[in-house]
Amino acid sequence: MENMTNKEYQKYAEKKVPKPTYFKNMLMAFLVGGIICTFGQFIRNLLFKSGLDEKAVAGGTAIILVFLGALLTGLGVYDKIGKIGGAGAAIPITGFSNAIVSPAMEHRTEGLIFGVASKMFIIAGPVLVYGVTSSVLVGILYLLLTKGR
Amino acid sequence: MEYIRAFIVGGLICVIGQIILDTTKLTPAHILVTFLTAGVILGGIGLYEPLVKFAGAGATVPILGFGYSLAQGAIEGAKSNGVIGAFTGGITATAGGIAAAIIFGYIMSLVFKPKTKN
Repeated sequence: MENMTNKEYQKYAEKKVPKPTYFKNMLMAFLVGGIICTFGQFIRNLLFKSGLDEKAVAGGTAIILVFLGALLTGLGVYDKIGKIGGAGAAIPITGFSNAIVSPAMEHRTEGLIFGVASKMFIIAGPVLVYGVTSSVLVGILYLLLTKGR
Repeated sequence: MEYIRAFIVGGLICVIGQIILDTTKLTPAHILVTFLTAGVILGGIGLYEPLVKFAGAGATVPILGFGYSLAQGAIEGAKSNGVIGAFTGGITATAGGIAAAIIFGYIMSLVFKPKTKN
Protein backbone atom coordinates (compact mmCIF):
# COMPACT_ATOMS: atom_id res chain seq x y z
CA MET A 1 0.00 0.00 0.00
CA GLU A 2 2.60 2.56 1.10
CA ASN A 3 4.88 1.98 -1.86
CA MET A 4 2.25 2.72 -4.45
CA THR A 5 2.89 5.41 -7.05
CA ASN A 6 0.20 7.93 -7.75
CA LYS A 7 -0.88 6.15 -10.91
CA GLU A 8 -1.09 2.81 -9.19
CA TYR A 9 -3.12 4.34 -6.43
CA GLN A 10 -5.50 5.93 -8.92
CA LYS A 11 -6.08 2.56 -10.57
CA TYR A 12 -6.60 0.97 -7.18
CA ALA A 13 -9.06 3.69 -6.15
CA GLU A 14 -11.01 3.43 -9.39
CA LYS A 15 -11.48 -0.27 -8.77
CA LYS A 16 -12.86 0.44 -5.32
CA VAL A 17 -15.44 2.99 -6.52
CA PRO A 18 -18.70 1.07 -6.67
CA LYS A 19 -20.00 0.79 -10.21
CA PRO A 20 -23.51 2.19 -10.49
CA THR A 21 -26.04 -0.52 -11.14
CA TYR A 22 -27.23 0.98 -14.41
CA PHE A 23 -30.04 -1.38 -15.24
CA LYS A 24 -31.59 -1.44 -11.79
CA ASN A 25 -31.36 2.36 -11.54
CA MET A 26 -33.08 2.77 -14.90
CA LEU A 27 -35.83 0.34 -13.98
CA MET A 28 -36.49 2.06 -10.64
CA ALA A 29 -36.46 5.52 -12.28
CA PHE A 30 -38.96 4.23 -14.84
CA LEU A 31 -41.27 2.74 -12.21
CA VAL A 32 -41.17 5.63 -9.72
CA GLY A 33 -41.41 8.32 -12.42
CA GLY A 34 -44.18 6.38 -14.13
CA ILE A 35 -46.18 5.98 -10.93
CA ILE A 36 -45.92 9.69 -10.08
CA CYS A 37 -47.08 10.63 -13.61
CA THR A 38 -49.94 8.12 -13.47
CA PHE A 39 -51.05 9.69 -10.21
CA GLY A 40 -50.78 13.09 -11.91
CA GLN A 41 -53.04 11.80 -14.67
CA PHE A 42 -55.54 10.72 -12.03
CA ILE A 43 -55.62 14.26 -10.58
CA ARG A 44 -55.84 15.71 -14.11
CA ASN A 45 -58.87 13.59 -14.89
CA LEU A 46 -60.54 14.52 -11.61
CA LEU A 47 -60.06 18.23 -12.33
CA PHE A 48 -61.27 17.89 -15.92
CA LYS A 49 -64.38 16.14 -14.62
CA SER A 50 -65.11 19.06 -12.31
CA GLY A 51 -65.44 21.23 -15.42
CA LEU A 52 -62.18 23.22 -15.35
CA ASP A 53 -60.52 24.27 -18.62
CA GLU A 54 -57.10 23.07 -19.79
CA LYS A 55 -55.18 25.95 -18.18
CA ALA A 56 -56.89 25.61 -14.81
CA VAL A 57 -56.35 21.85 -14.87
CA ALA A 58 -52.63 22.26 -15.61
CA GLY A 59 -52.29 24.80 -12.80
CA GLY A 60 -54.38 22.77 -10.36
CA THR A 61 -52.46 19.56 -11.04
CA ALA A 62 -49.17 21.39 -10.49
CA ILE A 63 -50.42 22.91 -7.21
CA ILE A 64 -51.67 19.57 -5.83
CA LEU A 65 -48.51 17.66 -6.82
CA VAL A 66 -46.28 20.40 -5.41
CA PHE A 67 -48.24 20.25 -2.15
CA LEU A 68 -47.90 16.47 -1.94
CA GLY A 69 -44.18 16.66 -2.77
CA ALA A 70 -43.71 19.29 -0.04
CA LEU A 71 -45.71 17.32 2.53
CA LEU A 72 -43.88 14.05 1.81
CA THR A 73 -40.56 15.91 2.04
CA GLY A 74 -41.58 17.37 5.39
CA LEU A 75 -42.52 13.91 6.65
CA GLY A 76 -39.15 12.56 5.47
CA VAL A 77 -40.82 10.17 3.03
CA TYR A 78 -39.76 11.83 -0.23
CA ASP A 79 -36.07 11.40 0.53
CA LYS A 80 -36.71 7.66 0.78
CA ILE A 81 -38.59 7.68 -2.53
CA GLY A 82 -35.65 9.59 -3.97
CA LYS A 83 -33.16 6.98 -2.79
CA ILE A 84 -35.17 4.29 -4.54
CA GLY A 85 -36.24 6.17 -7.65
CA GLY A 86 -33.30 8.47 -8.37
CA ALA A 87 -34.20 10.60 -11.37
CA GLY A 88 -37.68 9.07 -11.25
CA ALA A 89 -38.28 11.07 -8.08
CA ALA A 90 -36.24 14.14 -9.06
CA ILE A 91 -37.66 14.95 -12.50
CA PRO A 92 -41.42 15.08 -11.79
CA ILE A 93 -42.67 18.39 -10.38
CA THR A 94 -42.84 16.74 -6.95
CA GLY A 95 -39.03 16.62 -7.16
CA PHE A 96 -38.94 20.35 -7.83
CA SER A 97 -41.04 20.77 -4.72
CA ASN A 98 -38.62 18.54 -2.80
CA ALA A 99 -35.71 20.67 -4.02
CA ILE A 100 -37.37 23.70 -2.41
CA VAL A 101 -38.58 22.21 0.88
CA SER A 102 -35.49 20.17 1.67
CA PRO A 103 -32.95 23.04 1.89
CA ALA A 104 -35.58 25.30 3.50
CA MET A 105 -35.99 22.80 6.34
CA GLU A 106 -32.30 22.14 6.67
CA HIS A 107 -31.42 25.83 7.04
CA ARG A 108 -34.32 26.62 9.36
CA THR A 109 -31.90 27.27 12.23
CA GLU A 110 -30.34 30.17 10.29
CA GLY A 111 -33.56 32.11 10.65
CA LEU A 112 -36.71 32.82 8.70
CA ILE A 113 -35.19 35.26 6.23
CA PHE A 114 -31.62 34.16 5.48
CA GLY A 115 -32.34 30.56 6.43
CA VAL A 116 -35.71 29.40 5.18
CA ALA A 117 -36.66 32.08 2.67
CA SER A 118 -33.23 32.42 1.13
CA LYS A 119 -32.06 28.80 1.09
CA MET A 120 -35.30 27.45 -0.40
CA PHE A 121 -34.09 28.87 -3.72
CA ILE A 122 -30.70 27.16 -3.78
CA ILE A 123 -31.93 24.83 -6.54
CA ALA A 124 -35.26 26.44 -7.45
CA GLY A 125 -33.48 29.75 -8.10
CA PRO A 126 -31.39 28.49 -11.03
CA VAL A 127 -34.42 26.59 -12.31
CA LEU A 128 -36.48 29.80 -12.36
CA VAL A 129 -33.63 31.91 -13.78
CA TYR A 130 -33.15 29.62 -16.77
CA GLY A 131 -36.85 28.88 -17.18
CA VAL A 132 -38.00 32.50 -17.13
CA THR A 133 -35.11 33.74 -19.26
CA SER A 134 -35.60 31.13 -21.95
CA SER A 135 -39.39 31.58 -21.97
CA VAL A 136 -39.10 35.35 -22.50
CA LEU A 137 -36.63 34.66 -25.32
CA VAL A 138 -39.08 32.20 -26.86
CA GLY A 139 -41.85 34.83 -26.74
CA ILE A 140 -39.65 37.51 -28.33
CA LEU A 141 -38.34 35.11 -30.99
CA TYR A 142 -41.93 34.21 -31.78
CA LEU A 143 -42.72 37.91 -32.33
CA LEU A 144 -39.67 38.42 -34.54
CA LEU A 145 -40.42 35.37 -36.66
CA THR A 146 -44.14 36.02 -37.11
CA LYS A 147 -43.73 39.76 -37.82
CA GLY A 148 -41.34 38.94 -40.63
CA ARG A 149 -44.04 37.03 -42.44
CA MET B 1 -55.32 3.54 -21.74
CA GLU B 2 -54.36 7.14 -20.94
CA TYR B 3 -52.98 5.99 -17.59
CA ILE B 4 -50.72 3.51 -19.35
CA ARG B 5 -49.53 6.18 -21.79
CA ALA B 6 -48.86 8.57 -18.89
CA PHE B 7 -46.97 5.84 -17.03
CA ILE B 8 -44.78 4.83 -19.96
CA VAL B 9 -43.95 8.32 -21.27
CA GLY B 10 -43.39 9.77 -17.79
CA GLY B 11 -41.27 6.74 -16.87
CA LEU B 12 -39.17 6.99 -20.04
CA ILE B 13 -38.45 10.70 -19.48
CA CYS B 14 -37.17 9.81 -16.01
CA VAL B 15 -35.04 6.99 -17.45
CA ILE B 16 -33.33 9.50 -19.76
CA GLY B 17 -32.55 11.59 -16.68
CA GLN B 18 -31.28 8.54 -14.80
CA ILE B 19 -28.93 7.62 -17.66
CA ILE B 20 -27.52 11.16 -17.64
CA LEU B 21 -27.10 10.98 -13.83
CA ASP B 22 -25.28 7.65 -13.98
CA THR B 23 -23.01 8.33 -16.94
CA THR B 24 -22.00 11.95 -16.26
CA LYS B 25 -21.01 13.98 -13.21
CA LEU B 26 -24.18 16.05 -13.37
CA THR B 27 -26.27 16.30 -10.18
CA PRO B 28 -30.09 16.15 -9.92
CA ALA B 29 -30.04 19.96 -9.73
CA HIS B 30 -28.27 20.13 -13.11
CA ILE B 31 -30.83 17.71 -14.52
CA LEU B 32 -33.73 19.86 -13.26
CA VAL B 33 -32.31 23.00 -14.88
CA THR B 34 -31.36 21.22 -18.12
CA PHE B 35 -34.70 19.44 -18.50
CA LEU B 36 -36.65 22.59 -17.73
CA THR B 37 -34.72 24.57 -20.35
CA ALA B 38 -35.11 21.70 -22.81
CA GLY B 39 -38.86 21.82 -22.16
CA VAL B 40 -38.93 25.54 -22.93
CA ILE B 41 -37.04 25.00 -26.20
CA LEU B 42 -39.12 21.96 -27.25
CA GLY B 43 -42.30 23.85 -26.33
CA GLY B 44 -41.13 26.92 -28.21
CA ILE B 45 -40.56 25.05 -31.47
CA GLY B 46 -43.82 23.14 -31.08
CA LEU B 47 -42.35 19.67 -30.56
CA TYR B 48 -43.63 19.11 -27.03
CA GLU B 49 -47.31 19.75 -27.61
CA PRO B 50 -47.91 16.48 -29.51
CA LEU B 51 -46.36 14.60 -26.58
CA VAL B 52 -48.70 16.38 -24.13
CA LYS B 53 -51.68 15.43 -26.32
CA PHE B 54 -50.48 11.83 -26.42
CA ALA B 55 -49.36 11.26 -22.84
CA GLY B 56 -51.19 13.86 -20.73
CA ALA B 57 -49.65 13.96 -17.27
CA GLY B 58 -46.81 11.73 -18.52
CA ALA B 59 -45.59 14.81 -20.38
CA THR B 60 -46.79 17.61 -18.09
CA VAL B 61 -45.73 16.26 -14.68
CA PRO B 62 -41.99 15.90 -15.45
CA ILE B 63 -40.14 19.23 -15.19
CA LEU B 64 -39.98 19.27 -19.02
CA GLY B 65 -43.72 19.99 -18.89
CA PHE B 66 -43.08 22.97 -16.62
CA GLY B 67 -40.77 24.34 -19.31
CA TYR B 68 -43.39 23.62 -21.94
CA SER B 69 -45.98 25.63 -19.96
CA LEU B 70 -43.52 28.53 -19.65
CA ALA B 71 -42.90 28.59 -23.41
CA GLN B 72 -46.57 28.11 -24.24
CA GLY B 73 -47.52 30.99 -21.93
CA ALA B 74 -44.85 33.27 -23.38
CA ILE B 75 -46.03 32.60 -26.95
CA GLU B 76 -49.68 33.14 -26.05
CA GLY B 77 -48.73 36.34 -24.22
CA ALA B 78 -46.74 37.52 -27.23
CA LYS B 79 -49.71 36.81 -29.51
CA SER B 80 -52.08 38.97 -27.52
CA ASN B 81 -49.84 41.63 -25.94
CA GLY B 82 -46.63 41.72 -27.97
CA VAL B 83 -43.33 42.23 -26.15
CA ILE B 84 -45.03 42.84 -22.81
CA GLY B 85 -46.91 39.57 -23.20
CA ALA B 86 -43.66 37.76 -23.97
CA PHE B 87 -42.41 38.92 -20.57
CA THR B 88 -45.58 38.21 -18.59
CA GLY B 89 -46.90 35.09 -20.32
CA GLY B 90 -44.46 32.47 -19.03
CA ILE B 91 -44.77 33.19 -15.33
CA THR B 92 -48.52 33.78 -15.64
CA ALA B 93 -48.98 30.29 -17.04
CA THR B 94 -46.89 28.68 -14.31
CA ALA B 95 -47.86 30.97 -11.43
CA GLY B 96 -49.86 28.27 -9.66
CA GLY B 97 -46.95 25.86 -9.40
CA ILE B 98 -44.45 28.54 -8.41
CA ALA B 99 -46.71 30.08 -5.76
CA ALA B 100 -47.54 26.63 -4.40
CA ALA B 101 -43.86 25.69 -4.20
CA ILE B 102 -43.04 28.88 -2.28
CA ILE B 103 -45.93 28.84 0.18
CA PHE B 104 -45.91 25.09 0.88
CA GLY B 105 -42.11 25.11 1.07
CA TYR B 106 -42.29 27.85 3.67
CA ILE B 107 -45.04 26.19 5.71
CA MET B 108 -43.42 22.74 5.68
CA SER B 109 -40.09 24.12 6.85
CA LEU B 110 -41.85 25.70 9.83
CA VAL B 111 -43.96 22.64 10.69
CA PHE B 112 -41.40 19.85 10.26
CA LYS B 113 -37.93 19.35 11.67
CA PRO B 114 -35.39 17.74 9.30
CA LYS B 115 -34.73 14.11 10.04
CA THR B 116 -31.19 13.55 11.26
CA LYS B 117 -29.23 11.71 8.64
CA ASN B 118 -27.66 8.47 9.75
